[in-house]
Amino acid sequence: MQPAIFGHLEAYLIVALGLFALGLYGLVSRPGFISMLISVELILNAAGLNFVAFNTFLAPDKTVGQTFTLFIMGLAAAEAAICLSIAVAVYRRFRSILADEISELKH
Amino acid sequence: MEFTFDPELSLYIHLADLAFLGFAFLALAGGLVAVGSRTLIRAVLGLATSLVGVAGLYVYLGTHFIAAMQVLIYVGAVCISITFAVMLARPPSEAARDPGFTAGKIAAGLGVGVFAALLLGGAVLRTAWEAKPVEVEGTLLQVGEGLLTRYAFVFELISLVLLVAIVGSVVVARRGRRPDGGR
Repeated sequence: MQPAIFGHLEAYLIVALGLFALGLYGLVSRPGFISMLISVELILNAAGLNFVAFNTFLAPDKTVGQTFTLFIMGLAAAEAAICLSIAVAVYRRFRSILADEISELKH
Repeated sequence: MEFTFDPELSLYIHLADLAFLGFAFLALAGGLVAVGSRTLIRAVLGLATSLVGVAGLYVYLGTHFIAAMQVLIYVGAVCISITFAVMLARPPSEAARDPGFTAGKIAAGLGVGVFAALLLGGAVLRTAWEAKPVEVEGTLLQVGEGLLTRYAFVFELISLVLLVAIVGSVVVARRGRRPDGGR
């Protein structure tokens, strides 16, 4: 009998690849800080999905991928908090959160 | 991991396949909305949708705890805080649009995205993945033991990073609240 789609490693890898490519597109094409942060979150998610997929299908020790995905989530949360507070602070000072308009180091 | 099924269960497998494709669609369509929408709030909603889809895929991979954490941390915390930042960083009149969309940037983004997709897609489909024999089963109990023994240092380091991030974000966001810029 034909194995199910969800029994193939490639299915998960392709979804993760799609998320990564979308995130990369957003990171390059979007001008705002917050939009870029959203794209970075997509990329980190693709990485997490890859970790867990490889972990479930291939790795001999099946705790490693789960542990690292938890660490990725923790780091992503910290990164989002810092990024957003910087966006708020920059907006208060420059009245803009578009990366192109904020080109001076000193204001 | 080998999946072999009783032929009598075939219907359920097809249903499970359908749900899998639904979650994959949710993840990718949400991602598309997240990077394609000009309205920031819509982009955040797209991100949340995408994260829920990925959480569903985590369930399929047998890592229920990761799926729960995905919903709690990403959908519950990160998306909400992004929503707060959208509300704080923009006046309502400006919030409707993200004005800096230009054809050049979109072309550059498409170029980079498609290039990466083709490169990695080729790698994914051409590699003959080989599973190693299972040594550790990977139950939640074992993950927890690993966090407190083998990865204890990394665990503590993440705690420290989170603490610094919380304090740092409060300090950074507080500056500039007063008219003199908080100096």
